[in-house]
Amino acid sequence: MAMAGSGKHRLHLSSLFLALVILFMYLPVVMVVIYSFNNSKSDVVWAGFTLDWYAKLLHNTSLMDALLNSLILAVCSCAVSAVIGTVGAVGIVRCDLRTKGLLENASMLPIMIPEIILGMVFLAFFSLLGLPFGMVTLILAHTTFCIPYIFIVVKGRLSGIDRSIGEAARDLGASEARMFFDITLPLIMPAVASGTLLAFAMSLDDVVISFFVTGAQTNTLPIKIYSQIKLGVSPEINALCTLMLGGTFLLILVSRRIGAVKRTGKRRSAPRGEGDL
Amino acid sequence: MKLSQKRPRRDHTAFFMVLPLYVFTLIFVFFPLLYILGMSFLKKDVLWGVTNELTLDNYRMLFDPVYLKTFFDSLKLAFATTAITTLVGYPFGYFMGKLPPKRRGGLMLLVVVPFWTNALVRIYGWMIILRTKGVLNGLLLGLGVIDRPVKILYTYGAVLIGMVYSLLPFMILPVYSSVEKMDWSLVEASRDLGANAAEAFFTVTLKLTLPGVLSGFVLVFVPSIGLFFLSDLLGGGKIMLVGNLIKNQLLEARNWPFGAALSVVMMAMTLLIIGLYRKVTHSKDLEGFF
Repeated sequence: MAMAGSGKHRLHLSSLFLALVILFMYLPVVMVVIYSFNNSKSDVVWAGFTLDWYAKLLHNTSLMDALLNSLILAVCSCAVSAVIGTVGAVGIVRCDLRTKGLLENASMLPIMIPEIILGMVFLAFFSLLGLPFGMVTLILAHTTFCIPYIFIVVKGRLSGIDRSIGEAARDLGASEARMFFDITLPLIMPAVASGTLLAFAMSLDDVVISFFVTGAQTNTLPIKIYSQIKLGVSPEINALCTLMLGGTFLLILVSRRIGAVKRTGKRRSAPRGEGDL
Repeated sequence: MKLSQKRPRRDHTAFFMVLPLYVFTLIFVFFPLLYILGMSFLKKDVLWGVTNELTLDNYRMLFDPVYLKTFFDSLKLAFATTAITTLVGYPFGYFMGKLPPKRRGGLMLLVVVPFWTNALVRIYGWMIILRTKGVLNGLLLGLGVIDRPVKILYTYGAVLIGMVYSLLPFMILPVYSSVEKMDWSLVEASRDLGANAAEAFFTVTLKLTLPGVLSGFVLVFVPSIGLFFLSDLLGGGKIMLVGNLIKNQLLEARNWPFGAALSVVMMAMTLLIIGLYRKVTHSKDLEGFF
């Protein structure tokens, strides 16, 4: 082709650009990891390798409590939202209620509007209801913004499924429940899993909404980290962050593995959605 | 037809399946939003909470120069963030979409991993880099570029870096998604018809990838108004966003009705932006996301 020469040159420049942006993205992450092994409290100078911060972290009960709280919170809200979101998505694809469009838009609102508004709205609403701020309010709030993630991923997968499979099962005499558990659910399982994983990550990551709905007694990990790094340097936080990064990488690797198995097992699973996030 | 005979029964089951979602959305999304809307028209009680008196004062307060300035500054930062993420994110998404499929997947993973990691962890990384006794200053001093540490953390620039950094994936992913879907034969056709590379890009490629860019605008602009923790941590509380204002009204000033009014305005802005997006692109979903 006429532009082959210049095209090759451009590819080089573009690769350089891609590499630079990736470097920018990973720079702060790498810093956190490096300094978690630094044997000095004032970060700048490298004072030798140490694992002290990790040891100290293990004995930091308030951080460990916050971690436990965050895990309980994420598991509970994801479990509830996985059920509501999945069942809701299956239902909404099949029904032709007049309010369907409205419901779909309304249920997406929690991830469309800025988090801070959701936080403020919950704060006001929960105090109106007189709910004690703590784990219960946290779970309710997190469930609200976890549902849309699962709902949307499952709904996307459902639109790619041949409806006649279900019709066939119905014609052959399967009950609604049987059709759901034997046909629909296995088909959408990868989407349910990736949606839930996404929601799980969002729940573990959330600062803004938790900040408003948590009580004085209950700290989630991001809130604890927020208040600690606001106060200043604490190498224990470096260590904790490094561990969290490791956990995230592991989670992504595992989910990729599952995705890869699913993808080769069935010729083409979800074309979009799973790969995107 | 057989199918239409079955409709009523199927509807029945479908309705019960949607019911939990319905009820949950009603109780935890619809009612609370309505409550906030109502609250924004009520008078503040002396200590905290609201009275039953109706008023427009909370909206009038928005025009107080102090708050107007916050709104203006916040919008300015949001525009700057959107502009920079577009300048960096568009070429990134574009080049990524032109890579061979194998390398594309790897790069996608690299872009998405930070997205999955905790936002605070990454912001903390920037604090290490930008601190006065931090890595960047150390580097610049060592290279002899500066002879005294410069204050970078707790400035406007630091907040801008943090914003761009946090929101960049939200521009890259939709642009990439629209580039990936693009029909390259149209570009070839325009080249065959005599357009040069630049003309082809501006008349064909840019137009075809516009939904991705617009989706990126929405996904970057909307959250950038509210990320109060970012300006708290990197701006040292000196850079006020609308998000910080809302937080302060709720937790410190304890003026809930005013906080509610701020939220209503911000919410209206958000819905307006999303509405505009839908109108322009004729699409319900945000490109590249869902």
